[in-house]
Amino acid sequence: MMLLNEIFATLLSTLRDVAPIIFVIIFFQLVVIRRPFSHFKNLVIGMIYVILGMTFFLVGLDKALFPLGTSMAEQLTSDDFIKPSTDQSLSIAWQDYYWVYIFGACIGFATTLAEPALIAVAIKAQQISGGAIKAWYLRIAVSIGVSVGISLGTYRIVSGIDLYLFIIAGYIIVILQTIFSPKLIIGLAYDSGGVTTSTVTVPLVTALGIGLASSIPGRNPLMDGFGLIAFASLFPIMAVLAYAQFADWISHRTQLKQLDRKGE
Amino acid sequence: MLQVKNKFVKQLLGSFMDLLPIFAVIFIFQLFILRQPIPNITDIAVGTGFVVIGLTLFIQGLEKSLFPIGETMAYAFAKKGSLFWLLLFAFSLGFGTTAAEPALIAVADEAARIAAEGGLIDATDNAKNDYALGLRLTVAFSVGFAILLGVLRIIRGWPLHYLIIPGYIGVVTMTFFAPDAIIGIAYDSGGVTTSTITVPLVTALGVGLASAIRDRNPMTDGFGLIAFASLTPMIFVMAYGMIL
Repeated sequence: MMLLNEIFATLLSTLRDVAPIIFVIIFFQLVVIRRPFSHFKNLVIGMIYVILGMTFFLVGLDKALFPLGTSMAEQLTSDDFIKPSTDQSLSIAWQDYYWVYIFGACIGFATTLAEPALIAVAIKAQQISGGAIKAWYLRIAVSIGVSVGISLGTYRIVSGIDLYLFIIAGYIIVILQTIFSPKLIIGLAYDSGGVTTSTVTVPLVTALGIGLASSIPGRNPLMDGFGLIAFASLFPIMAVLAYAQFADWISHRTQLKQLDRKGE
Repeated sequence: MLQVKNKFVKQLLGSFMDLLPIFAVIFIFQLFILRQPIPNITDIAVGTGFVVIGLTLFIQGLEKSLFPIGETMAYAFAKKGSLFWLLLFAFSLGFGTTAAEPALIAVADEAARIAAEGGLIDATDNAKNDYALGLRLTVAFSVGFAILLGVLRIIRGWPLHYLIIPGYIGVVTMTFFAPDAIIGIAYDSGGVTTSTITVPLVTALGVGLASAIRDRNPMTDGFGLIAFASLTPMIFVMAYGMIL
Protein backbone atom coordinates (compact mmCIF):
# COMPACT_ATOMS: atom_id res chain seq x y z
CA MET A 1 0.00 0.00 0.00
CA MET A 2 2.83 2.36 0.94
CA LEU A 3 4.57 1.39 -2.27
CA LEU A 4 1.47 2.14 -4.33
CA ASN A 5 1.19 5.55 -2.73
CA GLU A 6 4.81 6.26 -3.48
CA ILE A 7 4.43 5.22 -7.11
CA PHE A 8 1.36 7.38 -7.44
CA ALA A 9 3.04 10.43 -5.91
CA THR A 10 6.08 10.04 -8.16
CA LEU A 11 3.84 9.56 -11.18
CA LEU A 12 2.07 12.81 -10.38
CA SER A 13 5.31 14.75 -10.01
CA THR A 14 6.67 13.25 -13.25
CA LEU A 15 3.46 14.27 -15.00
CA ARG A 16 3.81 17.79 -13.63
CA ASP A 17 7.37 17.77 -14.88
CA VAL A 18 6.40 16.68 -18.38
CA ALA A 19 3.29 18.86 -18.64
CA PRO A 20 5.04 22.07 -19.79
CA ILE A 21 6.97 20.11 -22.44
CA ILE A 22 3.81 18.50 -23.79
CA PHE A 23 2.00 21.82 -23.68
CA VAL A 24 4.71 23.62 -25.69
CA ILE A 25 4.86 20.81 -28.26
CA ILE A 26 1.09 20.60 -28.75
CA PHE A 27 0.72 24.38 -28.95
CA PHE A 28 3.36 24.77 -31.65
CA GLN A 29 2.23 21.70 -33.58
CA LEU A 30 -1.40 22.81 -33.71
CA VAL A 31 -1.12 26.60 -33.83
CA VAL A 32 2.09 27.16 -35.78
CA ILE A 33 2.81 24.05 -37.83
CA ARG A 34 -0.92 23.38 -38.17
CA ARG A 35 -0.69 19.75 -39.02
CA PRO A 36 -1.76 16.68 -37.09
CA PHE A 37 1.05 14.64 -35.60
CA SER A 38 2.20 11.79 -37.80
CA HIS A 39 2.19 8.37 -36.11
CA PHE A 40 0.13 9.92 -33.34
CA LYS A 41 -0.62 6.59 -31.68
CA ASN A 42 3.05 5.69 -31.51
CA LEU A 43 3.95 9.04 -29.99
CA VAL A 44 1.34 8.68 -27.27
CA ILE A 45 2.43 5.13 -26.45
CA GLY A 46 6.06 6.26 -26.41
CA MET A 47 5.25 9.18 -24.13
CA ILE A 48 3.44 6.84 -21.73
CA TYR A 49 6.53 4.63 -21.74
CA VAL A 50 8.72 7.63 -20.94
CA ILE A 51 6.49 8.80 -18.09
CA LEU A 52 6.03 5.33 -16.59
CA GLY A 53 9.72 4.61 -17.10
CA MET A 54 10.79 7.76 -15.26
CA THR A 55 8.32 7.00 -12.46
CA PHE A 56 9.55 3.46 -11.86
CA PHE A 57 13.14 4.58 -12.23
CA LEU A 58 12.74 7.30 -9.58
CA VAL A 59 10.75 5.15 -7.15
CA GLY A 60 13.30 2.36 -7.55
CA LEU A 61 16.23 4.71 -6.92
CA ASP A 62 14.49 6.02 -3.83
CA LYS A 63 13.97 2.51 -2.54
CA ALA A 64 17.19 0.80 -3.47
CA LEU A 65 19.95 3.32 -3.84
CA PHE A 66 19.51 6.73 -2.37
CA PRO A 67 19.01 5.80 1.31
CA LEU A 68 22.05 3.55 1.35
CA GLY A 69 24.12 5.78 -0.91
CA THR A 70 23.50 8.98 1.02
CA SER A 71 24.02 7.37 4.44
CA MET A 72 27.22 5.88 3.07
CA ALA A 73 28.39 9.31 1.91
CA GLU A 74 27.69 10.66 5.41
CA GLN A 75 29.51 7.81 7.14
CA LEU A 76 32.55 7.97 4.89
CA THR A 77 32.95 11.66 5.58
CA SER A 78 32.36 11.49 9.34
CA ASP A 79 35.18 11.85 11.86
CA ASP A 80 34.49 8.38 13.30
CA PHE A 81 35.47 6.83 10.02
CA ILE A 82 38.22 9.23 8.96
CA LYS A 83 40.01 9.33 12.34
CA PRO A 84 41.95 12.46 11.48
CA SER A 85 45.71 12.13 11.97
CA THR A 86 46.17 15.78 12.85
CA ASP A 87 44.45 18.20 15.16
CA GLN A 88 41.88 19.49 12.69
CA SER A 89 41.59 22.88 14.32
CA LEU A 90 45.22 23.50 13.35
CA SER A 91 45.64 21.80 10.02
CA ILE A 92 43.80 19.30 7.88
CA ALA A 93 45.71 16.44 6.33
CA TRP A 94 44.10 15.90 2.97
CA GLN A 95 45.53 12.37 2.77
CA ASP A 96 43.23 11.25 5.60
CA TYR A 97 40.29 11.48 3.27
CA TYR A 98 41.53 9.04 0.66
CA TRP A 99 38.44 6.79 0.96
CA VAL A 100 36.28 9.79 0.12
CA TYR A 101 38.21 10.41 -3.11
CA ILE A 102 38.01 6.74 -4.03
CA PHE A 103 34.30 6.57 -3.25
CA GLY A 104 33.71 9.79 -5.22
CA ALA A 105 35.53 8.37 -8.23
CA CYS A 106 33.70 5.02 -8.09
CA ILE A 107 30.24 6.42 -7.50
CA GLY A 108 30.73 9.13 -10.13
CA PHE A 109 31.72 6.53 -12.70
CA ALA A 110 28.94 4.11 -11.83
CA THR A 111 26.08 6.61 -11.64
CA THR A 112 27.06 8.30 -14.89
CA LEU A 113 27.01 4.97 -16.69
CA ALA A 114 23.36 4.59 -15.65
CA GLU A 115 22.31 8.17 -16.43
CA PRO A 116 19.34 7.94 -18.84
CA ALA A 117 20.01 11.33 -20.47
CA LEU A 118 23.54 10.26 -21.34
CA ILE A 119 22.28 6.96 -22.75
CA ALA A 120 19.92 8.97 -24.98
CA VAL A 121 22.65 11.27 -26.30
CA ALA A 122 25.01 8.34 -26.83
CA ILE A 123 22.38 6.43 -28.84
CA LYS A 124 21.78 9.51 -31.00
CA ALA A 125 25.50 10.10 -31.53
CA GLN A 126 26.00 6.51 -32.63
CA GLN A 127 23.07 6.74 -35.07
CA ILE A 128 24.24 9.98 -36.65
CA SER A 129 27.91 9.16 -36.89
CA GLY A 130 26.98 5.92 -38.65
CA GLY A 131 28.67 3.94 -35.89
CA ALA A 132 31.96 5.86 -36.02
CA ILE A 133 31.24 6.91 -32.46
CA LYS A 134 30.32 3.96 -30.30
CA ALA A 135 27.64 4.71 -27.71
CA TRP A 136 29.36 2.49 -25.21
CA TYR A 137 32.82 4.10 -25.60
CA LEU A 138 31.30 7.55 -25.36
CA ARG A 139 29.55 6.64 -22.13
CA ILE A 140 32.73 5.18 -20.69
CA ALA A 141 34.68 8.32 -21.62
CA VAL A 142 32.07 10.55 -19.99
CA SER A 143 31.99 8.35 -16.89
CA ILE A 144 35.75 8.55 -16.54
CA GLY A 145 35.45 12.32 -16.80
CA VAL A 146 32.83 12.48 -14.06
CA SER A 147 34.83 10.12 -11.89
CA VAL A 148 37.96 12.30 -12.10
CA GLY A 149 35.82 15.41 -11.64
CA ILE A 150 34.10 14.21 -8.47
CA SER A 151 37.23 12.96 -6.86
CA LEU A 152 39.07 16.20 -7.61
CA GLY A 153 36.02 18.10 -6.39
CA THR A 154 36.05 16.29 -3.05
CA TYR A 155 39.77 17.01 -2.75
CA ARG A 156 38.96 20.67 -3.33
CA ILE A 157 36.44 20.67 -0.48
CA VAL A 158 38.98 19.04 1.85
CA SER A 159 41.84 21.31 0.86
CA GLY A 160 39.70 24.44 0.72
CA ILE A 161 41.20 25.69 -2.54
CA ASP A 162 38.91 28.16 -4.30
CA LEU A 163 36.44 26.63 -6.73
CA TYR A 164 37.01 29.14 -9.47
CA LEU A 165 40.72 28.37 -9.74
CA PHE A 166 39.90 24.81 -10.79
CA ILE A 167 37.15 25.93 -13.11
CA ILE A 168 39.35 28.49 -14.85
CA ALA A 169 42.16 25.96 -15.25
CA GLY A 170 39.60 23.49 -16.61
CA TYR A 171 38.31 26.01 -19.14
CA ILE A 172 41.83 26.73 -20.36
CA ILE A 173 42.46 23.02 -20.88
CA VAL A 174 39.14 22.59 -22.70
CA ILE A 175 39.93 25.51 -25.02
CA LEU A 176 43.39 24.12 -25.81
CA GLN A 177 41.92 20.67 -26.47
CA THR A 178 39.26 22.21 -28.72
CA ILE A 179 41.97 23.67 -30.93
CA PHE A 180 43.58 20.29 -31.45
CA SER A 181 40.50 18.06 -31.55
CA PRO A 182 38.72 16.72 -34.63
CA LYS A 183 35.92 19.18 -35.44
CA LEU A 184 33.34 16.41 -35.60
CA ILE A 185 33.41 15.67 -31.89
CA ILE A 186 33.39 19.19 -30.42
CA GLY A 187 29.61 19.68 -30.19
CA LEU A 188 29.09 16.25 -28.70
CA ALA A 189 31.90 16.76 -26.21
CA TYR A 190 30.50 20.09 -24.98
CA ASP A 191 27.04 18.55 -24.73
CA SER A 192 28.26 15.64 -22.69
CA GLY A 193 29.15 18.08 -19.92
CA GLY A 194 25.53 19.01 -19.42
CA VAL A 195 23.92 15.60 -19.69
CA THR A 196 25.97 13.79 -17.10
CA THR A 197 24.48 15.35 -14.07
CA SER A 198 20.86 14.53 -13.61
CA THR A 199 18.61 11.96 -12.03
CA VAL A 200 21.07 9.45 -10.61
CA THR A 201 24.25 11.41 -10.03
CA VAL A 202 23.04 14.64 -8.43
CA PRO A 203 21.43 13.32 -5.21
CA LEU A 204 24.36 11.05 -4.33
CA VAL A 205 27.02 13.59 -5.21
CA THR A 206 25.25 16.37 -3.33
CA ALA A 207 25.08 14.17 -0.22
CA LEU A 208 28.80 13.52 -0.52
CA GLY A 209 29.64 17.21 -0.90
CA ILE A 210 27.44 18.39 1.95
CA GLY A 211 28.56 15.54 4.25
CA LEU A 212 32.19 16.35 3.57
CA ALA A 213 31.79 20.09 4.02
CA SER A 214 29.95 19.62 7.33
CA SER A 215 32.53 17.25 8.84
CA ILE A 216 35.58 19.41 8.13
CA PRO A 217 36.06 22.35 10.49
CA GLY A 218 36.21 25.67 8.72
CA ARG A 219 34.10 24.52 5.76
CA ASN A 220 30.60 25.81 5.36
CA PRO A 221 28.28 23.06 4.07
CA LEU A 222 26.07 25.61 2.43
CA MET A 223 28.89 27.25 0.52
CA ASP A 224 31.50 24.55 0.05
CA GLY A 225 29.01 21.73 -0.46
CA PHE A 226 28.18 23.20 -3.83
CA GLY A 227 30.56 22.95 -6.73
CA LEU A 228 30.81 19.20 -7.18
CA ILE A 229 28.22 19.29 -9.95
CA ALA A 230 30.31 21.94 -11.70
CA PHE A 231 33.29 19.57 -11.64
CA ALA A 232 31.11 16.74 -12.89
CA SER A 233 30.01 18.84 -15.85
CA LEU A 234 33.46 20.14 -16.77
CA PHE A 235 35.61 17.03 -16.74
CA PRO A 236 33.51 14.93 -19.16
CA ILE A 237 34.19 17.58 -21.83
CA MET A 238 37.92 17.01 -21.40
CA ALA A 239 37.46 13.24 -21.32
CA VAL A 240 35.42 13.12 -24.53
CA LEU A 241 37.81 15.48 -26.34
CA ALA A 242 40.71 13.34 -25.16
CA TYR A 243 38.94 10.19 -26.35
CA ALA A 244 38.43 11.77 -29.79
CA GLN A 245 42.05 12.88 -29.98
CA PHE A 246 43.19 9.41 -28.98
CA ALA A 247 40.93 7.70 -31.54
CA ASP A 248 42.16 10.16 -34.16
CA TRP A 249 45.77 9.50 -33.28
CA ILE A 250 45.28 5.72 -33.46
CA SER A 251 43.62 5.85 -36.88
CA HIS A 252 46.26 8.30 -38.08
CA ARG A 253 49.01 5.95 -36.95
CA THR A 254 47.50 2.89 -38.61
CA GLN A 255 47.10 4.91 -41.80
CA LEU A 256 50.77 5.91 -41.67
CA LYS A 257 51.76 2.29 -41.11
CA GLN A 258 49.69 1.18 -44.08
CA LEU A 259 51.34 3.86 -46.21
CA ASP A 260 54.73 2.64 -45.03
CA ARG A 261 53.91 -0.88 -46.08
CA LYS A 262 52.75 0.28 -49.48
CA GLY A 263 55.99 2.21 -49.82
CA GLU A 264 58.09 -0.87 -49.29
CA MET B 1 5.56 -10.81 -31.42
CA LEU B 2 8.32 -13.11 -30.28
CA GLN B 3 10.89 -10.75 -31.71
CA VAL B 4 9.43 -7.77 -29.87
CA LYS B 5 9.47 -9.78 -26.71
CA ASN B 6 13.08 -10.70 -27.29
CA LYS B 7 14.00 -7.09 -27.87
CA PHE B 8 12.34 -6.12 -24.62
CA VAL B 9 14.14 -8.87 -22.73
CA LYS B 10 17.41 -7.82 -24.33
CA GLN B 11 16.80 -4.23 -23.28
CA LEU B 12 15.96 -5.37 -19.75
CA LEU B 13 19.28 -7.16 -19.58
CA GLY B 14 21.03 -4.10 -20.98
CA SER B 15 19.45 -1.88 -18.33
CA PHE B 16 20.47 -4.33 -15.65
CA MET B 17 24.06 -4.20 -16.88
CA ASP B 18 23.92 -0.40 -16.89
CA LEU B 19 22.94 -0.39 -13.24
CA LEU B 20 25.25 -3.14 -12.07
CA PRO B 21 28.26 -0.86 -11.42
CA ILE B 22 26.29 1.32 -8.97
CA PHE B 23 25.23 -1.68 -6.93
CA ALA B 24 28.72 -3.09 -7.04
CA VAL B 25 30.17 0.17 -5.70
CA ILE B 26 27.54 0.55 -2.97
CA PHE B 27 27.78 -3.08 -1.82
CA ILE B 28 31.55 -3.22 -1.83
CA PHE B 29 31.84 -0.03 0.18
CA GLN B 30 29.11 -1.09 2.59
CA LEU B 31 30.47 -4.58 3.22
CA PHE B 32 34.22 -4.14 3.01
CA ILE B 33 35.04 -0.52 3.77
CA LEU B 34 32.35 0.47 6.23
CA ARG B 35 31.95 -3.19 7.31
CA GLN B 36 28.25 -3.06 7.87
CA PRO B 37 25.44 -5.37 6.84
CA ILE B 38 23.14 -4.36 4.02
CA PRO B 39 19.83 -3.18 5.47
CA ASN B 40 16.37 -3.80 4.00
CA ILE B 41 17.30 -6.43 1.44
CA THR B 42 13.69 -6.70 0.24
CA ASP B 43 13.41 -2.95 -0.35
CA ILE B 44 16.63 -3.03 -2.31
CA ALA B 45 15.51 -6.01 -4.40
CA VAL B 46 12.14 -4.43 -5.21
CA GLY B 47 13.78 -1.05 -5.90
CA THR B 48 16.33 -2.63 -8.22
CA GLY B 49 13.57 -4.32 -10.18
CA PHE B 50 11.81 -0.99 -10.52
CA VAL B 51 14.92 0.84 -11.66
CA VAL B 52 15.64 -1.80 -14.32
CA ILE B 53 12.05 -1.78 -15.62
CA GLY B 54 11.93 2.02 -15.50
CA LEU B 55 15.15 2.48 -17.48
CA THR B 56 13.98 -0.09 -20.05
CA LEU B 57 10.62 1.62 -20.53
CA PHE B 58 12.30 5.02 -20.75
CA ILE B 59 14.67 3.91 -23.50
CA GLN B 60 11.83 2.27 -25.46
CA GLY B 61 9.77 5.45 -25.14
CA LEU B 62 12.74 7.54 -26.19
CA GLU B 63 12.94 5.90 -29.61
CA LYS B 64 9.16 5.85 -29.99
CA SER B 65 8.35 9.41 -28.97
CA LEU B 66 10.96 11.90 -27.74
CA PHE B 67 13.40 11.45 -30.65
CA PRO B 68 10.74 11.43 -33.41
CA ILE B 69 8.91 14.44 -31.92
CA GLY B 70 12.09 16.52 -31.78
CA GLU B 71 13.10 15.54 -35.29
CA THR B 72 9.75 15.90 -37.06
CA MET B 73 9.19 19.28 -35.47
CA ALA B 74 12.64 20.39 -36.60
CA TYR B 75 11.81 19.31 -40.17
CA ALA B 76 8.41 21.00 -40.06
CA PHE B 77 9.91 24.28 -38.89
CA ALA B 78 12.69 24.11 -41.47
CA LYS B 79 10.11 23.53 -44.19
CA LYS B 80 7.93 26.35 -42.96
CA GLY B 81 10.94 28.65 -43.11
CA SER B 82 9.76 31.03 -40.42
CA LEU B 83 12.70 31.99 -38.24
CA PHE B 84 10.50 33.84 -35.76
CA TRP B 85 8.33 30.85 -34.87
CA LEU B 86 11.29 28.50 -34.72
CA LEU B 87 13.13 30.79 -32.31
CA LEU B 88 10.01 31.27 -30.23
CA PHE B 89 9.59 27.49 -30.08
CA ALA B 90 13.22 27.08 -29.02
CA PHE B 91 12.83 29.67 -26.28
CA SER B 92 9.54 28.24 -25.00
CA LEU B 93 10.95 24.73 -24.89
CA GLY B 94 13.95 25.87 -22.86
CA PHE B 95 12.00 28.18 -20.58
CA GLY B 96 9.02 25.87 -20.06
CA THR B 97 11.00 22.76 -19.24
CA THR B 98 13.38 24.53 -16.86
CA ALA B 99 10.95 26.65 -14.84
CA ALA B 100 9.26 23.50 -13.47
CA GLU B 101 12.43 21.41 -13.08
CA PRO B 102 12.44 19.86 -9.56
CA ALA B 103 16.24 19.82 -9.27
CA LEU B 104 16.27 23.54 -9.96
CA ILE B 105 13.54 24.22 -7.40
CA ALA B 106 15.65 22.44 -4.79
CA VAL B 107 18.79 24.39 -5.71
CA ALA B 108 16.91 27.71 -5.71
CA ASP B 109 15.52 27.12 -2.21
CA GLU B 110 18.99 26.18 -0.98
CA ALA B 111 20.41 29.31 -2.57
CA ALA B 112 17.80 31.50 -0.86
CA ARG B 113 18.84 30.01 2.47
CA ILE B 114 22.48 30.79 1.80
CA ALA B 115 21.67 34.30 0.67
CA ALA B 116 19.68 34.91 3.86
CA GLU B 117 22.49 33.54 6.00
CA GLY B 118 25.04 35.63 4.18
CA GLY B 119 22.94 38.74 4.79
CA LEU B 120 22.31 39.36 1.09
CA ILE B 121 18.55 39.36 1.66
CA ASP B 122 16.28 39.56 4.71
CA ALA B 123 15.85 36.30 6.60
CA THR B 124 12.07 36.35 6.25
CA ASP B 125 10.16 33.64 4.38
CA ASN B 126 8.77 36.22 2.03
CA ALA B 127 12.15 37.55 0.99
CA LYS B 128 13.50 34.00 0.59
CA ASN B 129 10.58 32.90 -1.58
CA ASP B 130 10.96 35.97 -3.76
CA TYR B 131 14.66 35.32 -4.10
CA ALA B 132 14.15 31.63 -4.97
CA LEU B 133 11.46 32.43 -7.51
CA GLY B 134 13.59 35.14 -9.07
CA LEU B 135 16.48 32.74 -9.34
CA ARG B 136 14.33 30.06 -10.95
CA LEU B 137 12.95 32.48 -13.50
CA THR B 138 16.48 33.74 -14.21
CA VAL B 139 17.72 30.22 -14.88
CA ALA B 140 14.64 29.35 -16.94
CA PHE B 141 15.09 32.51 -18.99
CA SER B 142 18.76 31.78 -19.53
CA VAL B 143 18.04 28.22 -20.70
CA GLY B 144 15.38 29.54 -23.08
CA PHE B 145 17.89 32.04 -24.38
CA ALA B 146 20.49 29.27 -24.68
CA ILE B 147 18.29 27.03 -26.82
CA LEU B 148 17.30 30.03 -28.95
CA LEU B 149 20.94 30.99 -29.47
CA GLY B 150 21.89 27.37 -30.19
CA VAL B 151 19.16 27.03 -32.81
CA LEU B 152 20.23 30.31 -34.41
CA ARG B 153 23.79 28.98 -34.50
CA ILE B 154 22.69 25.81 -36.31
CA ILE B 155 20.79 27.86 -38.89
CA ARG B 156 23.63 30.29 -39.48
CA GLY B 157 26.29 27.60 -39.29
CA TRP B 158 28.53 29.39 -36.78
CA PRO B 159 31.25 27.17 -35.32
CA LEU B 160 30.29 26.15 -31.78
CA HIS B 161 33.49 27.16 -30.06
CA TYR B 162 33.18 30.76 -31.34
CA LEU B 163 30.29 31.06 -28.91
CA ILE B 164 31.42 28.71 -26.15
CA ILE B 165 34.83 30.30 -25.61
CA PRO B 166 33.44 33.85 -25.15
CA GLY B 167 30.91 32.20 -22.83
CA TYR B 168 33.75 30.76 -20.74
CA ILE B 169 35.44 34.14 -20.67
CA GLY B 170 32.12 35.63 -19.56
CA VAL B 171 31.83 33.09 -16.71
CA VAL B 172 35.38 33.76 -15.53
CA THR B 173 34.98 37.54 -15.69
CA MET B 174 31.69 37.43 -13.81
CA THR B 175 33.28 35.23 -11.15
CA PHE B 176 35.51 38.12 -10.07
CA PHE B 177 32.60 40.48 -9.61
CA ALA B 178 29.84 38.22 -8.26
CA PRO B 179 29.30 37.84 -4.49
CA ASP B 180 31.15 34.80 -3.11
CA ALA B 181 28.03 33.10 -1.82
CA ILE B 182 26.48 32.80 -5.25
CA ILE B 183 29.46 31.42 -7.19
CA GLY B 184 29.09 27.77 -6.16
CA ILE B 185 25.36 27.84 -6.83
CA ALA B 186 25.85 29.57 -10.17
CA TYR B 187 28.39 26.96 -11.27
CA ASP B 188 26.15 24.10 -10.18
CA SER B 189 23.03 25.57 -11.75
CA GLY B 190 24.65 25.01 -15.13
CA GLY B 191 24.63 21.29 -14.53
CA VAL B 192 21.22 20.76 -13.00
CA THR B 193 19.09 22.58 -15.52
CA THR B 194 18.99 19.97 -18.23
CA SER B 195 16.60 17.24 -17.17
CA THR B 196 16.38 13.68 -18.36
CA ILE B 197 13.33 14.33 -20.52
CA THR B 198 14.53 17.64 -21.97
CA VAL B 199 17.92 16.33 -23.12
CA PRO B 200 16.69 13.77 -25.70
CA LEU B 201 14.09 16.18 -27.04
CA VAL B 202 16.54 19.06 -27.44
CA THR B 203 19.22 16.80 -28.91
CA ALA B 204 16.75 15.45 -31.48
CA LEU B 205 15.68 19.02 -32.30
CA GLY B 206 19.26 20.12 -32.96
CA VAL B 207 20.17 17.05 -34.96
CA GLY B 208 16.90 17.25 -36.91
CA LEU B 209 17.50 20.91 -37.80
CA ALA B 210 21.06 20.24 -38.88
CA SER B 211 19.88 17.40 -41.14
CA ALA B 212 17.00 19.43 -42.58
CA ILE B 213 19.09 22.46 -43.50
CA ARG B 214 21.36 22.13 -46.50
CA ASP B 215 25.12 22.36 -45.93
CA ARG B 216 24.79 21.50 -42.25
CA ASN B 217 26.30 18.37 -40.82
CA PRO B 218 24.20 16.78 -38.06
CA MET B 219 27.35 15.67 -36.27
CA THR B 220 29.24 19.00 -36.20
CA ASP B 221 26.25 21.34 -36.19
CA GLY B 222 23.50 19.31 -34.56
CA PHE B 223 25.02 18.97 -31.11
CA GLY B 224 25.75 21.88 -28.84
CA LEU B 225 22.31 22.95 -27.63
CA ILE B 226 22.81 21.29 -24.24
CA ALA B 227 26.23 22.91 -23.98
CA PHE B 228 24.66 26.37 -24.22
CA ALA B 229 21.95 25.38 -21.77
CA SER B 230 24.59 24.50 -19.19
CA LEU B 231 26.70 27.60 -19.82
CA THR B 232 24.26 30.53 -19.87
CA PRO B 233 22.68 29.82 -16.45
CA MET B 234 26.11 30.32 -14.82
CA ILE B 235 26.43 33.79 -16.33
CA PHE B 236 22.83 34.80 -15.66
CA VAL B 237 22.79 33.51 -12.08
CA MET B 238 25.97 35.44 -11.24
CA ALA B 239 24.41 38.52 -12.81
CA TYR B 240 21.31 37.93 -10.66
CA GLY B 241 23.51 37.74 -7.57
CA MET B 242 25.23 40.99 -8.50
CA ILE B 243 22.08 42.95 -9.19
CA LEU B 244 20.35 41.95 -5.94
